[in-house]
This record gives sequence, C-alpha cells and structure tokens, in this order.
Amino acid sequence: MCEICGCSSDLTPVVENLIQQESKHTHSHPHSHDHEHGHGHDHSHVHEQDGAREKPPNRIVLEQRVLARNEKIAGKNRASFAERGCLAVNVLGTPGAGKTTLLARAMADQKEHWSAAVIEGDQATSRDAELIAQSGCEVLTLNTGKGCHLDASMIERALAELRKEHSLIVVENVGNLICPALFDLGEHFKIVVGSVTEGEDKPIKYPYIFRSASVFLLNKIDLLPHLDFDVDQCLAFAREVNPNIEIFQLSAKTGEGLEPWYDWLNARMTELKRVSNAE
Amino acid sequence: MHELGIALEVIESIESRIGDQRVRLVVLEVGLLTAVLPDALRFCFDLASEGQLTEGAELKIIEVPGRVRCVDCRNEFSLDRPFGRCSCGRTDLEWLSGEELTIKEIEVV
Repeated sequence: MCEICGCSSDLTPVVENLIQQESKHTHSHPHSHDHEHGHGHDHSHVHEQDGAREKPPNRIVLEQRVLARNEKIAGKNRASFAERGCLAVNVLGTPGAGKTTLLARAMADQKEHWSAAVIEGDQATSRDAELIAQSGCEVLTLNTGKGCHLDASMIERALAELRKEHSLIVVENVGNLICPALFDLGEHFKIVVGSVTEGEDKPIKYPYIFRSASVFLLNKIDLLPHLDFDVDQCLAFAREVNPNIEIFQLSAKTGEGLEPWYDWLNARMTELKRVSNAE
Repeated sequence: MHELGIALEVIESIESRIGDQRVRLVVLEVGLLTAVLPDALRFCFDLASEGQLTEGAELKIIEVPGRVRCVDCRNEFSLDRPFGRCSCGRTDLEWLSGEELTIKEIEVV
C-alpha cells in the first residue's frame, strides 16, 4: 500500500446502479491484455552493447507509451459517447470544493431539460451518489477502493450499465487534483471545480489539471464577504496556466452564477447534436 | 499521487509484453511537461513492484525537457514545468515535445 496516499495495486471497482436498486460487484482484474500500439514499435530484439561493461544478456526494446492502454480504451469510450449522441464531461476538484453539491443542484435545476446520468467516483461509500440521485437522474457509483483516480476501463464498464437515452453524462472524479489529470476517460471536456475557501494560487499549484480543463468553476462566492480571497488574482493565475479556460463564478448554495454555466453546457450539447445530425 | 498510477501501468505494460520473465532494468523516458516527479515515480515503482516481475529491478529515468512555442510570436523555448511565459509576455504556448511517458527498453534476467 502506498504510504503517501493509501493507493494499492488492488484496483477492483465496485459498480452499483442506485436507480435500479441492485448492486453488481465486478471483481475481475481491471487490466485487459489486448494491446495495440498506436505510436510505438512492435518489435523486440536483443541489443549488443559496446564498451567495457558486461554485455546485458537480454535487453528488449519496447518503445511502449505508458498511457497507451488507457488511451485506447478512452478512444472506445469516446466512440460510445458519439454513438449515443451524448456530451461527456469529467468533473474534478479537491475534496470540499463543492463538486457534488453543484452537480446535485444542476441535475435538480435542469431535470426538465436534460436527460442526464452521473457516474460517481469515490474511494468509498455511495453518499455522493445518493445526494445526486435525489434529483431523479440515473446515478452509478464506482468505488475505487484504495485507488486514487478513475481510468478509462472503469468508465467503459460503467457505460455498459447505463441506460442509452442520455444527452449528458457527467463523471464526478475522485477528489484529487493530481492523479486524474493524466488519465483520459474519453470525455469531451474536463471541468475543474475550486472554491473561494481555497488559496487563490490553486491554478498554478496544479498547472497540469488547469491546463487540461476547458472550464473552471469558482464556487462558494456567497462566502466572499467573509474572506480575503482575491478573485482577480485567482482568475489571472488560471489564465496564466490556460489562456483559453472558461471561468464561471458561482454558488451552488444560493444559485448565483449557475445559469451561465448551464447555458455553456446546453450550447455544447446543441453543438454535438448539430455535428451528429450533419454526419 | 499519479506516479503510482503510472508505475502500475508501467508494470502492467511490461507484463503484457514479456509474460512472466523477471526484469532487472526498466528504462523510462519522462517528459518534464507531464509534471511527473522522478523521485516519486521511483518510490512508487519500488512499492508497486513488490511481488511482481519487476521486483528489485532498477528504474532508469531519462528526463526529456519540454519544448514549447509561443502561439503569438512563434518563439520556441524550453520549459521544465507545464506552464510558463514567453519573453514577449504571453502565456499561450503550444507544446512541441516534453509530454513523453514511454518505456524505452527493459533488461530481463
């Protein structure tokens, strides 16, 4: 077990579909063994080394991109989303930023307009999923156990459980700004959630995730009168790391600022429909 | 701690390519724009290798500097982290190289 974050190599996600009130435990090994190498060379041979040091008995050239396996499955997920004609977003943020509250609020506010499903990633419990399920949307929980991020193969398994009619699928990733950044799930966009109760410098402390996100939701603005948080500085940091990031300042609690974010999501769903109709 | 996820993927990738031969050396290329910390990766690799075919293997990390181009003035320069500022003041940078995360080669026992 990793002593720093508690991860272990024993990643066996538990898939539970709350709406259907049944729980299926998949304990199969999460890694598949059919590899195709999109960018690497598929050869292996022994190298003879020059020089005074001992010749290595068996050196094998792999040229294997580490993330190739995850990327391949992410590609399949991307195709699944396209086939369903639905927008897929990957929501990330530190624990306590307000991801779950925001999503529960969004699902409740938009339930007449969106047919949406949420895939909840959490180390343990289905509490987040239960909160979101109160809005009536389909929710599926993935407990990663000791794992620190969701990967494409977990999403692939979740997709097999979800109903097909949704126009929006939201993945709420585990509360962690580091691990999920490198693992493409096949989503259209990453959305990073931060709050005014954190430091303004979050974006430059976690540049990788802010650079890979299309949207930054700055939450809990209702608390600004009680804090010394410098909003302009935070936005400047975010734009320094990602000049093209869309930023929405909002409060899941009071509802302030939510409409522009809903409009953004609706516009993306409309675009997707236009593109898939044109094909 | 994504270094652990990466370490696990490295071990899994090697296992799928060579079956159950024991490994004594893994040479990994790591681009500096990935924000992967080599020391953390080494720590996680050692932990994740316990009981695996890479147990006790040496991990050699070749760091590849980031090479970026300013979207505005087209100036190219090096970076050792995933963000920076061009001499012209702009931060909109195109990444040309430095995102590598590749198992170059291994040595089996």
